[in-house]
Amino acid sequence: MSDPMRIRAQAQGDKTTVRVLVSHEMESGQRRDAAGKLVPAWFIQNINATWNGKTVMSAQWGTAVSKNPFVQFAFKGGKAGEKVVVSWVDNRGDKRSDEAVIS
Amino acid sequence: MKRTRSSGLILLAALATMAAVATLPMPASAQKTTAEGIAEYRAMLADGNPAELYEAKGEGLWKEARGPKKASLEKCDLGKGPGVVKGAFVELPRYFADTNRVQDLESRLLTCMEQQQGFSAAEIAKTPFGAGEQKTIESLVAYISAESRDMKFNVPQAHAQEKLMYEVGKKVFYLRGGPYDFSCASCHGADDKRVRLQDLPNLTKQPGAAVGFGSWPAYRVSSGDLWSMQRRLNDCYRQQRFPFPGYASDATIALGVFMGVNARGGQSIAPALKR
Repeated sequence: MSDPMRIRAQAQGDKTTVRVLVSHEMESGQRRDAAGKLVPAWFIQNINATWNGKTVMSAQWGTAVSKNPFVQFAFKGGKAGEKVVVSWVDNRGDKRSDEAVIS
Repeated sequence: MKRTRSSGLILLAALATMAAVATLPMPASAQKTTAEGIAEYRAMLADGNPAELYEAKGEGLWKEARGPKKASLEKCDLGKGPGVVKGAFVELPRYFADTNRVQDLESRLLTCMEQQQGFSAAEIAKTPFGAGEQKTIESLVAYISAESRDMKFNVPQAHAQEKLMYEVGKKVFYLRGGPYDFSCASCHGADDKRVRLQDLPNLTKQPGAAVGFGSWPAYRVSSGDLWSMQRRLNDCYRQQRFPFPGYASDATIALGVFMGVNARGGQSIAPALKR
């Protein structure tokens, strides 16, 4: 069971800035545990954000992204009160989707 | 002939450009001190401090009915009355009449988790950091300390036991031992000391005491975990090559009283972000 993301979206002028703090282990697959066994890779593969059903950000991630990553992006449009939805899928097939209201 | 001349001209032009570059002032970034560099790095990350993830989780855990007794911690008394979280962090460690002990945040949480939720405090104290119920405590301390963010430290010294613990903490702070003949004071007892490139706060007085004591619990980027004060102290003793202190032991609480009283009047920025 994954933990919720923290999403903040702020509209300023004609653009909206979104800041997302994602809770994920992001195991690189290169680390060994205390017993010397390789810890299997476990990372977010796809992350995307939608606003009014329209994709405004989409990215493919790999093992080089840090644990508990922070993502910031901006898109044109967006008004206070509208919703931004961020979702990810990791290489185990786990999914998570959280939303925030633009302020 | 024509060709050679033109390439010569290009070379000259290139040399001229290089000379122009060389006479320009060095960019400001090359002259930054390490401390400034670290401060800038922290500012860049401040917007996305992963400690916030632990705060949210901790708030949930505080209110959730858990443990053998299926109870929440909402009746836990952190020193300002049952269930009062706001402002509790900056007044800990303090004396608690029900346990007749001076307790820091984590030893108090152990008490509450045992009395109200039915967990075994001894069992949790034995659990390694970052595992089992220790993980719960990490999130709880993030939530509880965040509720007192920007408030001023006011660790009490009214009760005789609190005064005694301050004196004990002072002794422990200056106690030299271990294979390196180290004490806490070896690194944190004077101004302007550093270990490698990290500036070390002087914990015996202000403003160092608040800078040091007031930034834990913190999210430690290098380990990707939230470190409580107990874990921080445990690591200090590892670095000194002392035997590990017991989790939530009186010695660690005494150190907390010593640092906390020295930090009086300073601002709490916990849960902070550390390299």
